[in-house]
Amino acid sequence: MKAHLTRRYIFSASHRLHNDGMSEAENRTVYGKCNNPHGHGHNYALQVTVSGQVDPKTGMICNLVDLDEAVQREIIERFDHQNLNVRAEFKSVVPTTENLSEVIFNILKQSFKAAHLEKVRLEETMMNSFEYAGGAELRI
Amino acid sequence: MVYLTRKCEFSASHYYHNPEFTAEENQRVFGKCANLNGHGHNYTLEVTVKGEVDPKTGFVVDLKELKEILNREVLEALDHRHLNKEVPEFFHQIPTTENLAIAIWHRLQNKLNVAKLHRVRVYELPDLFVDFYGEA
Repeated sequence: MKAHLTRRYIFSASHRLHNDGMSEAENRTVYGKCNNPHGHGHNYALQVTVSGQVDPKTGMICNLVDLDEAVQREIIERFDHQNLNVRAEFKSVVPTTENLSEVIFNILKQSFKAAHLEKVRLEETMMNSFEYAGGAELRI
Repeated sequence: MVYLTRKCEFSASHYYHNPEFTAEENQRVFGKCANLNGHGHNYTLEVTVKGEVDPKTGFVVDLKELKEILNREVLEALDHRHLNKEVPEFFHQIPTTENLAIAIWHRLQNKLNVAKLHRVRVYELPDLFVDFYGEA
């Protein structure tokens, strides 16, 4: 039987939404207060969904300890209490939560092979969230 | 097509143990979940059904009926029970959240008359849940 498992993690980071290819005025218009020069921060909630056959010997899709270790090592240690703008991942893309979702999905796709990565969901605040499934349509 | 989700809660205890594993293997694979004295969770169950809206009632499904089916087929069997010892699906199967979602799906699958079962979601903790869509 194929099932989907979702685990939720928290990390905090700062960012400033600013595109060097646009004028100061354009940046201000497009990004509003997210363009304030010294940046600001969020407590991000990340949900990682993996899928796979449930192993009859263990009753598990994958061992949760392995998933937790991979997310801790590859995502939390990389981004928690960091300024996203100065990181290599955002050298040429604006650290919006859309782009952060894609970056996180792609890192996990490369580093966690014990189950199929279905999607990541990233809540920037309680009022907005973003989901990325590697380009696939989302499933209800 | 409209999707409707009903949420309910139940509390149960369990432990993880595969009799084919050695004591060391059980400990390595299942960690603190392998403690044979068991432990418990407050589970949250979300059942999603789908169907066309009946023009006469405006319903996808009669919620009262859905609630009764959930109570009878799932909650009465699982709430305040020890899953390993009191729920037949787990006499020979490990009561992980994955297997719990699959077992609940099979308990409900043929009981819904009007709407079609779409998804069973079981939260073991607020930061851990499993979805089952009836896939082989």
